[in-house]
Amino acid sequence: MKQNYQEIVKKHSPKENVLMNAVIAFITGGLMGIVGQLLIDGYSSWFDIPTKEATVCMLVTLIFFSCLFTSLGFFDKWVNFCKCGLIIPITGFAHATMSAALEYRKEGLVTGIGANMLKLSGAVIIFGVVSSFVFSLIRMVVGLI
Amino acid sequence: MIYLNAFLFAGLVCAVAQIILDTTKLTPGHITVIFVVLGAFLDVFNIYDQIILWAGGGALVPITSFGHNLTHGAIHGYNTEGVLGLFSGTLDLTAAGISAAIIFAFFMSLVFEPKD
Repeated sequence: MKQNYQEIVKKHSPKENVLMNAVIAFITGGLMGIVGQLLIDGYSSWFDIPTKEATVCMLVTLIFFSCLFTSLGFFDKWVNFCKCGLIIPITGFAHATMSAALEYRKEGLVTGIGANMLKLSGAVIIFGVVSSFVFSLIRMVVGLI
Repeated sequence: MIYLNAFLFAGLVCAVAQIILDTTKLTPGHITVIFVVLGAFLDVFNIYDQIILWAGGGALVPITSFGHNLTHGAIHGYNTEGVLGLFSGTLDLTAAGISAAIIFAFFMSLVFEPKD
């Protein structure tokens, strides 16, 4: 009986088309890479600044537009369609921050927005900082030997 | 040519992430954490710097560059300030991204209503 149930669940659960999703993520993610490179080239030639500063400007621009599109409401649909093509670029980080802030805004400024804004994206910062600390310790020890 | 490399590298990272997401039970949160840690690891022996030279913006847009910048800042801090630099340098290069996300999200969440 139990096995029967499992089979029925398996038959009716929606099938994720792995190949199709991967192709969509490849194309949209690749386009994001091209947009990033275009912005870097554009900023460094328009404002006559070195590549490193143009990179920072590019990241801030992408974060601004993904925050804006999330609050206007249609970025969620794009993320549902592109999935990892928009989650893995920096836009996913901004999208997670922005949607948490929007979701909890009715609970107040401090207990709502302040406490919950980094609810989803905090994991990225925390694991990034901890792992980079460990890795630079390793690099330090290797350098001493 | 760098545009083709950017497309290929960023696309490849996203496609690998999508395949992991579809074939395992991990959530998107797990996937981004895995890629941040991967980027932080690839910077230990300056491998990611070579990728950035090859792919340009394609390597700077994915979240792996976030991890790369964290480790890069920590190592740079250690080289200039010693052990204290490990703490003060970590968030140096990513500060702009984190601050921008927090500032934009705060003010926009005051202005906009959540849409369903």
